[in-house]
Amino acid sequence: MSTLLPDFAEMARALRAGKVSSRELTGDCLARIKRHDSTLNSFISVYPEQALAAADAADKAIASGSAGPLTGIPMAHKDIFCAEGTRTTVGSKMLDNFVAPYDSRVVSGLAAAGMVSVGKTNMDEFAMGSSNETSYFGPVKNPWDLQRSPGGSSGGSAAAVAAGLVPAATGTDTGGSIRQPAALTGLTGLKPTYGRVSRYGMVAFASSLDQAGTLTRSAADAALMLGAMAGFDERDSTCANVPVPDYSATLNDSLQGKTIGVPKEFFDDGLEAGCAQAVQDAIKQYQELGAVVKEVSLPNLAMSVPVYYIVAPAECSSNLSRFDGVRFGYRTESTGDLADMYTRTRSEAFGAEVKRRIMTGAYVLSAGYYDAYYLQAQKVRQLISDDLSHCFAEVDVIMGPTTPTPAFKLGEKMNDPVQMYLNDMYTIAANLAGLPAISIPCGFSQNLPVGLQLIGTQFAEGLLLNCAHQYQQATDWHLRTPVISGGAA
Amino acid sequence: MPLSKQDIDHIALLARLEVAPQEKGDYVEKLSQIIELVEQLRAVDTTGVVPMAHPLDMVQRLRPDSVTETDQRDYLQQNARDTENGLYTVPKVIE
Repeated sequence: MSTLLPDFAEMARALRAGKVSSRELTGDCLARIKRHDSTLNSFISVYPEQALAAADAADKAIASGSAGPLTGIPMAHKDIFCAEGTRTTVGSKMLDNFVAPYDSRVVSGLAAAGMVSVGKTNMDEFAMGSSNETSYFGPVKNPWDLQRSPGGSSGGSAAAVAAGLVPAATGTDTGGSIRQPAALTGLTGLKPTYGRVSRYGMVAFASSLDQAGTLTRSAADAALMLGAMAGFDERDSTCANVPVPDYSATLNDSLQGKTIGVPKEFFDDGLEAGCAQAVQDAIKQYQELGAVVKEVSLPNLAMSVPVYYIVAPAECSSNLSRFDGVRFGYRTESTGDLADMYTRTRSEAFGAEVKRRIMTGAYVLSAGYYDAYYLQAQKVRQLISDDLSHCFAEVDVIMGPTTPTPAFKLGEKMNDPVQMYLNDMYTIAANLAGLPAISIPCGFSQNLPVGLQLIGTQFAEGLLLNCAHQYQQATDWHLRTPVISGGAA
Repeated sequence: MPLSKQDIDHIALLARLEVAPQEKGDYVEKLSQIIELVEQLRAVDTTGVVPMAHPLDMVQRLRPDSVTETDQRDYLQQNARDTENGLYTVPKVIE
């Protein structure tokens, strides 16, 4: 595929030199989606006409010299971001017919930077899942092995980028939903600091944990996209009023003398041997790049999954109470009284995992149980956050695996929610503490990609991207691409 | 602590969800597993720990109490299943 260039910088150079147009780049993405997505199921909606119109506008901007580094580059949005006038389903029957009346900040920010959205990607229903199997629109397949899951909840975004259908996609991460699919599909997945990117127009799951981010091939691409997504927005009351640095400007800083903390709890019995080897090799590579490695400890790490499965369902049960069949979304056809209408609407339109989370949340918040569950979870959340703060008093970055295993088979964990939840055992702590984290490809185990996770202090996205970029200058894992069976990529 | 079928009925009522009789056993089993997972937290000593409600140390922003939104009622109601004279309609509440 002639226009499939390795990164945004090369695309921007080719666009500016007139070697390729945004219309051609976008048209090729649409053609690849058409060829491969009946196999992968990574998209819920594709908008060829709107995409080509946006590409033409980008080509005009490039011709007039007003283009920025992202102008004319195609991408896709996770179907959790409202885009005015288009369907935004969140992977649920509940919002199957919902047409967003306005743009989310993420959508408007990337459109203003000139990126061309080709459509909306598949996801676990309401972002609740780690395998993309809870989607109302069916599971997504991992392009590295079609029998396996691409992870979730941003599994459609991950599969689409890994398969080369689009150069980049947005995602959201509440407990690992960007980093885990990035790890399982060999991509760079960035979850920024809580509050770094506005949640305006992003359908809520767990409001104290949700954060928007990117799935790209390289850290350099993520740096450019984050710059267009981040920043203060008064429409999100928890959006941080902190200046946005030029993330690209610090990518080439030296790692000489930087200290990496490796928590010993990350290398417990649950970590698959091939993943452990790839992660340890990556940490050695960082030593060669001049970094100093130090063992640290996160004594309460094992409690992060239990804390998360109180806090996230509690917030979800509250957030999803708005779906009552009245103002928007699905409404039952059955006739009855008002309470009946609410109950039937919700029972008919939410899937099994969403119902389990709502019910877990309703239970832990119910009379007599609040102190034992929710309050205790908030206290242990503080302990986990304190553990991380203690580490960061000694080190610049924490590193370890993103996931305990490489991609697992579709159907393997669907009947065991707790096994599914334990996929996120290394990623949840960053959400609980509101810290930025990134997963980058660092090798293979069982011929499947492995992710290295880097966690930083609040608003240290620049340092994480710098560390990721330096590793990607020294290695080529992020350039490896799968061959999708049933058609040449 | 395993949940009972009665617990599931009570939780479903709180959540305005209906669990079909043939699904109840599955909900009992899976929600009990989840509760067993989260009950590990009881063993953690949290004496004197201040609960963490939110990851950012921030205060709620205030704005002047003035009208900033424009009237978009008709536009926004396009997503509703049923409206009448600008009002959302629901099944009859008062006989």
